[in-house]
Amino acid sequence: MEEQAESGIVKKFLYVNRRAPHGSIYAHEALEVVLIAAAFEQDVTLAFIDDGVYQLKKNQDTADINTKNFSKIYSALEGYDVEKIFVEKESLDERGLKEDDLSVDVEIISSNDMKKLITASEVIFNF
Amino acid sequence: MKFGILVNEGPYTHQASDTAYHFVKAALDEGHQIYRVFFYHDGVNNGTRLATPPQDDRHIPNRWSELAKEYKLDLVLCVAAAQRRGMVDPDEMKRNQKDAHNIADNFRISGLGQLIEAGIQSDRLITFGD
Repeated sequence: MEEQAESGIVKKFLYVNRRAPHGSIYAHEALEVVLIAAAFEQDVTLAFIDDGVYQLKKNQDTADINTKNFSKIYSALEGYDVEKIFVEKESLDERGLKEDDLSVDVEIISSNDMKKLITASEVIFNF
Repeated sequence: MKFGILVNEGPYTHQASDTAYHFVKAALDEGHQIYRVFFYHDGVNNGTRLATPPQDDRHIPNRWSELAKEYKLDLVLCVAAAQRRGMVDPDEMKRNQKDAHNIADNFRISGLGQLIEAGIQSDRLITFGD
């Protein structure tokens, strides 16, 4: 369905995920963008800050709210060549979360380094 | 400069679509190019032709349609977001066997690839939403 852009241009794409996984559709639809974008062979990085860090929480169960549990897709991202996943340390600390609570391998960085990552990116999606 | 525009919120509830409209208009007035305006999340609701706002208020979908006609803008509603929210063009009506379509003039429905392409091809991609 999607045609691949064969422009030869490779840009630094950054997806900044800031919201809790459930409660609004932003996290879910952000993931749909990441999956489609994989076909475009760009330089992709994912960042998780604020309540967005909950998106990576292990053992999510949405049965009682009857919404789609899309959390398993995060651990499949490697298959889409999405290997650079950064999580802000301060956001984890504020929420009492540790690396062990997360469902995927991530790199935990400081708020300051997150700022640098954002500054160094060319196309930023903010969900 | 060549701008790509992403509108993430629906009309009236949120100011994002208004601000995006004013930005696009100002950019065009200054001689800049708009590569594409992509509507995602509830933003797809900006493309309905069935809205009837009060007469003393702005007509957000019509305003986009008219601007697109004047400047040949490419207004794209994300197909996945549109399907969820019941935004339908004649092709989607047939494909999903619906009894009506509701897309406004000069909007089209297409895939998320169009958003990524806008990111690649534009000098700046600007997001309107929270």
